[in-house]
Amino acid sequence: MCLSIPSEVVEVHEDEQSVTVDTMGVRRKVSAHLIQEPLEIGDYVLIHIGFVMNKIDKEDALDSINLYREIVEKMAASE
Amino acid sequence: MLALKSLYQGFRDPQTLAKLAKLIADEATLCSEPIKIMEVCGGHTHTIMKYGLNQLLPDNIEFIHGPGCPVCIIPKERIDHAALLASQPNVILVTLGDMIRVPGSKGSLAEFRSKGYDIRPIYDPLDTLKIALENPDKTVIFFAIGFETSTPMTAVLLELAEIRGFANLLFYINHVLVPPAIDAVMADPDVQVNAFIGPAHVSVISGAKIYRPSVEKYHTPLVVSGFEPVDVMESILRIVKQKAQGIAELDVQYSRAVTEEGNLAAQSKIQDAFVIRESFRWRGLGPIANSALKLSDKYSHRDAELIYRDVLPDTKIDDHKACQCGDVLRGITKPKDCKVFGRGCTPQSPLGSCMVSSEGACNAYYRYNGVS
Repeated sequence: MCLSIPSEVVEVHEDEQSVTVDTMGVRRKVSAHLIQEPLEIGDYVLIHIGFVMNKIDKEDALDSINLYREIVEKMAASE
Repeated sequence: MLALKSLYQGFRDPQTLAKLAKLIADEATLCSEPIKIMEVCGGHTHTIMKYGLNQLLPDNIEFIHGPGCPVCIIPKERIDHAALLASQPNVILVTLGDMIRVPGSKGSLAEFRSKGYDIRPIYDPLDTLKIALENPDKTVIFFAIGFETSTPMTAVLLELAEIRGFANLLFYINHVLVPPAIDAVMADPDVQVNAFIGPAHVSVISGAKIYRPSVEKYHTPLVVSGFEPVDVMESILRIVKQKAQGIAELDVQYSRAVTEEGNLAAQSKIQDAFVIRESFRWRGLGPIANSALKLSDKYSHRDAELIYRDVLPDTKIDDHKACQCGDVLRGITKPKDCKVFGRGCTPQSPLGSCMVSSEGACNAYYRYNGVS
């Protein structure tokens, strides 16, 4: 039931408390009833059974990816 | 600008997986006791089997698959209840995805549907509103299942049914909670778990704080992990580092999505709609006190369990004798050790619930680990 791939907000429908998201090329409208802060186009979100659960912290994701890159490079250099 | 594909490809990189495996192996040599990690959530079981992460680890690290597949832990009598509700005059039963294929004592909801019962699988709880609107002369019953992750969605459905005045929408609630299941696992002397990978999306809603009492009580490291393979391997590294240092802490690897406090708006909706149920019987784990939710008094007029109580028997029904789903859910048997695995029980024709859902341990073993 859990979808781990983030979706990108591509349209905001404030009057309906919903947003349209793009998940790997598939677009669909999902509920924003569980989100207090306003969602904006370009935000990355996690979707569960038709609802936005939260926003992904892009900076944090990028930090992790950079950290992994550093580990790979450092270990490759010492091998 | 961060591209969408970076957000998952960076967490699936084979080189990173290999390096993390090396770091885990190095760190594991410093550990004096075997590390038995329970991944509570079925999503993690799926990742471990799909990417073969268990094969990347040293011999002294073992995965024990836990009771975190929401479909797998619903006992047969609750599925029988759903079928009975569907058999009542003028009722449409609505349920989420895989639930329709789980066997009850008299068949699955899919089989009842083929006999003419009006049972409709959906993938978005809000679709239930459309069904209720289009069928004003019918009683629509939402068969609600799931952990903390799926509970707020049911709460929104309740709220909207009330606001929009849908008198024909009732609920059969089967929402369950993760921390009491962890307690039940740790209370079992046959289970020898000494570390946990904490659920990802449960934690998005409830916050990492819900595991703090378990970490302190059992002195077991618990790392809340994302679902991607690199997430899981980094979480294992963090667990092994704790083990090597002899410490037990709550840690969040999935920090891009999980905070200590979680989604407060979702938690507030849960508190508004639900109260703790005194006891709930879990498939494989038996009755666990305070481990599930029921509707609050505010919504008792929508509680199918109350309204149809005269037709819902209070009988407990155990699994098929040959099915070892219960032991798999308690982490004391691996799927391949079950005599019917891959023979009498397959994803096409499941005998037990662990084979039904893609989050079930048996289903994951069958798909990705081959059948011998």
